[in-house]
Amino acid sequence: MNYIGNILIIIGSFFYFVGALGLYRMPDFFNRAQAGTKATTLGTFSLLLGVGLINLVWLPKLLIVIVFVAITNPVGSSVLARSAYRNNVEKCEKTQFDQMEGLYEKEDLNGK
Amino acid sequence: MINTIVFILLISGIILSALRVMKGPTIFDRVLGLDVINLIIIGLITLLAMIYKNELYIDIVIVYSILAFIETIVFARILEVQK
Repeated sequence: MNYIGNILIIIGSFFYFVGALGLYRMPDFFNRAQAGTKATTLGTFSLLLGVGLINLVWLPKLLIVIVFVAITNPVGSSVLARSAYRNNVEKCEKTQFDQMEGLYEKEDLNGK
Repeated sequence: MINTIVFILLISGIILSALRVMKGPTIFDRVLGLDVINLIIIGLITLLAMIYKNELYIDIVIVYSILAFIETIVFARILEVQK
């Protein structure tokens, strides 16, 4: 059990690092939101589960935190991305298509 | 040994996110960087609980995750509503 917990902790910290690296390297805001949120959510799952497997008494509280992060983190990222879209944050040059184009009225958009 | 590797990875993640917070072209990048820093700090406090063998830190993690969520939502709403 100790062995599996240590491996899970190393995997989780690796995903935290990859998420932060993606947050630093990606070209525009929407790519950054996707990289940062997905990788760090997986990192949180793995690291907290690893600590819970090492100390089995703490596992219920850590499972509560894991479920809470799994529900709220994508919601927060989605709300932030929609807010950025309504404020006309500029997209990357390589953007192929935009499914939300025309969903908001012209006077609904802030800025520009 | 394992603890050293894990702490080096997590702290370099915090440094990269803080660089994005300082650099970020728009204010949304800064809010996103703060969100990622909050998640990394959740993992860091859990590791401290494991090292010090103190269950009190887990309660701090629960409250901190709720506060991090509320912070992101409030910033997003304020920035969306303002003209």
